[in-house]
Amino acid sequence: MTSAQWSVGEGHVKKTSGWRLFLKTIIARAYPRVIGQQREKSWMFFDVLLPMLAVSAYVFVYRAIGAPEEYIGFVVVGGAMTAFWLNVLWSMSSQLYWEKEQGNLSLYIIAPNSLMAILLGMALGGMLATALRAAAILILGSLLFNVQFAVVSFLQLFTVFLLAMVALYGLGMMSASLFLLLSREAWHIANLAQEPVYLVSGFYFPIKNLSFWVAAAASIIPLTLGLDAMRQLVFPSGPALGFLSVSIELAVLVILCLVFLTGARFLLAYMERLAIREGRLTESRR
Amino acid sequence: MDFAIRTEKVGRVYKIRGSKKSEPRELVALHDVDLQIEHGELFGLLGPNGAGKTTLIKILTTLLAPSKGKAWVAGFDVAKEPEKVRPTINMVSGGEASGYGLLTVRENLWMFSQFYGLDSGEANRRIKQLLDIVGMGDRLNTKSSDLSTGLRQKMNIVRGFLTDPQVLFLDEPTLGLDVGAARDVRKFIRQWVDADSARTILLTTHYMVEADELCDRVAIINQGRVLACDTPAKLKHRLRSDAIFQLEVSPLNGFGVKTLESLPGVKKVVHQEIDGGARLEFILAEEPVLGAVVSSLTASNIRIMNLHKNEPTLEDVFVDLVGSSMAEVEGSSVGSDQ
Repeated sequence: MTSAQWSVGEGHVKKTSGWRLFLKTIIARAYPRVIGQQREKSWMFFDVLLPMLAVSAYVFVYRAIGAPEEYIGFVVVGGAMTAFWLNVLWSMSSQLYWEKEQGNLSLYIIAPNSLMAILLGMALGGMLATALRAAAILILGSLLFNVQFAVVSFLQLFTVFLLAMVALYGLGMMSASLFLLLSREAWHIANLAQEPVYLVSGFYFPIKNLSFWVAAAASIIPLTLGLDAMRQLVFPSGPALGFLSVSIELAVLVILCLVFLTGARFLLAYMERLAIREGRLTESRR
Repeated sequence: MDFAIRTEKVGRVYKIRGSKKSEPRELVALHDVDLQIEHGELFGLLGPNGAGKTTLIKILTTLLAPSKGKAWVAGFDVAKEPEKVRPTINMVSGGEASGYGLLTVRENLWMFSQFYGLDSGEANRRIKQLLDIVGMGDRLNTKSSDLSTGLRQKMNIVRGFLTDPQVLFLDEPTLGLDVGAARDVRKFIRQWVDADSARTILLTTHYMVEADELCDRVAIINQGRVLACDTPAKLKHRLRSDAIFQLEVSPLNGFGVKTLESLPGVKKVVHQEIDGGARLEFILAEEPVLGAVVSSLTASNIRIMNLHKNEPTLEDVFVDLVGSSMAEVEGSSVGSDQ
């Protein structure tokens, strides 16, 4: 190794900035999530077969009590969407805390990229990787329990799914900003949020069965309305068991998207400033 | 004059929270630090753990706001213009576990290069070139979780250099490395900075030899204060008029080192227990004082087994400035570096 070798191609490396840098950051941060899934095959057991056990339990209970057959389909769709909630909770909300522990967060901060792009990359990668898991649960559950779908409108279904995802991952990005200042309590809060959301979001039953106000309050979690609208669009008896009409649920989802994404942007900037002032970007103990 | 790094009375106070009822305790990590580092310099911050080295690096890399004072990197105010500072810098810390274990060396480095906006093809070309230089060309497709500590640190070093920063911060870059790997990393660092006069490195270390061997100038820092700042040669020159002796003696058996320190002409004594006795290092105002030292020891039935006259080292400079060795300071300090 000589100084001459160092000079080869060194110096004045061309770097992009602005929106190109923003896009590059999103793709680069999404990459580990997508590629990681291919290399760590254990997800098939933990993220597909284990959730299928919960789905099966509900299916057998509904069949035992003679519930309408559509409920089986509701449970399978709910089981598939659970994967997204778990991903947002464990791989978005608490992710900045883990990145801090690992030493990546300080490298993200000192780089000229935007932290918002890092979060968007995490969200995009998580969404793509989880979509595969959710699809696996949906296909396996449908085949095992003979679920029949009757899609009213593919366009509407796709729009609902997309809006639910954007709003859900927006919520994840917003809570990631809050978790930035937390230390080990991040783990406990994520644990605390997991089960209650299963209940109030109606993962395994129609949300209409809860009282109107409980269902309305639960609608702040985008999957509640997203799931309800998707069920209305894929099962013949869906509209009868739906909480609100699909068009109202779509409108609320649009509002949730705007609120969570804007909230994430401002909260992230605020939390970053606060963390730099208090010295909590690299230290958990203060 | 235009400096690569400049600090003006930079201070940082941490508030340590105890129990909920008690008031937060204040810990002064940095106290009025003034530094001026020129372009092209390899500048060392030398001090024990807890001296404030890492706190200063965090401030300069925009990770931490100073409680008082101002700092500039590449001409930009780190507190007011962090978005202008960040494209010009990079940082590597010793023992860091950054990146993702599931990704290969190339993928991890590529990912970080994208955060700086490098063209993907150019990034891959540079990754290969730099890995070849550090002798890791054959590890391009190895998962980073499969790398040894030394190889992982070399990968981290490459990550720092990959974006060709104007100012590179290296925080204990050889921490935990074996002798061979540390030597390679030091050689790598020196050659990188020598290859272009626009490149500047601020390196923190608590290894005296590393600072002496590698750095153009060194600031000695302890308890958040810069005690001295000069070239290693000039720092050692301060002690040229002193005589430095190292004695290996039989067990002291309760004989107090303070007795030796009170002798006229004895400036400092550092005491270390060794197998079968003790090692005493003396900084004396002049050589003849050694006679009084030897007399005092022999009068107390302490046998002298070995005697060396040493040339001053940065360790001696540290002892002269602080009053105790770096190992003693680290041994007595509570907690880790801030």
